[in-house]
Amino acid sequence: MNIPVSAAPVGFWAATAMIACIVLCSTVGEVLTAGAMKSIGDLDDIRAHSGMKGAIRAVVTCPLFFAGVGFLALAFFALLFALNHLNLSLVAPASASLTLVTNAIAAKIFLKENVDRRRWTAAVLVCIGVYFLAH
Amino acid sequence: MPHHKLSPHQYTILGLVALCAPLGDTCLSRGMTKLPAISLAHPVTLIAAVFTPWIALGIALLIGFFASYLTALSWADLTFVLPTTAFGNVIVALIARFWLHEAISWQRWLGVVLITVGVGFVAHGPSLTERPADTKSAPENANLQAPRAGETIDSQRASQRVKEQVL
Repeated sequence: MNIPVSAAPVGFWAATAMIACIVLCSTVGEVLTAGAMKSIGDLDDIRAHSGMKGAIRAVVTCPLFFAGVGFLALAFFALLFALNHLNLSLVAPASASLTLVTNAIAAKIFLKENVDRRRWTAAVLVCIGVYFLAH
Repeated sequence: MPHHKLSPHQYTILGLVALCAPLGDTCLSRGMTKLPAISLAHPVTLIAAVFTPWIALGIALLIGFFASYLTALSWADLTFVLPTTAFGNVIVALIARFWLHEAISWQRWLGVVLITVGVGFVAHGPSLTERPADTKSAPENANLQAPRAGETIDSQRASQRVKEQVL
């Protein structure tokens, strides 16, 4: 089975591996970044009290933020590589949607977020949506 | 301020996240498809690609996305921000179809619709998991006990209603 591509044909497993790399790096990066932002607090409040410089200082002095950005940078270069071989209409929705599901699991485990029935239903709908997107 | 009620300013931030991400991705796609195929044996060519006009514009848009995204994460759950901004997938499909002239089958359109419906589910729920510290700033919740980690004020109200009905 070949995936629709912009340049040379790419096999199903190669396309899956490219998208999996993006999803893995994005999930780790986003969970770390979300944890960092929660530890910093509401940026709008910080900006109201300390101005834009205070808000930027609060973000750039958080080590967890840089760990998250590191993984998001890896995800970005994985995305660039995938876009060189696959169509945008496959890569962007598939990686974004799968990241949503892996993030829901990671956010429940690591960030202790309340992932209720409503959010799980959304995750399932997105999974089915991704199945159709890949065809 | 109850965190599950978003202000117009906060909706604007979410809108910027939804808009900047697909536009940035589209610029990246436009730039990358114009380049010759890049192999893993020459990863440095990926760095050089960053300085081409379309890729640079895409990166500028994605920086705008990231700033809005960080702001949104500071007052909403990750599991709320990601789905509500997934509406960008619809924008990507429209851009891919009408600007990049990619063929979009009816299955892919159905996938986009399902994702949008999923996003609708999340968007109607609370935006933030309440923590014990958050309840101090919400006088209307004073009669409620401090929620445990992972429990929302909404779920407390629901359980309180059930208790009242039982009694």
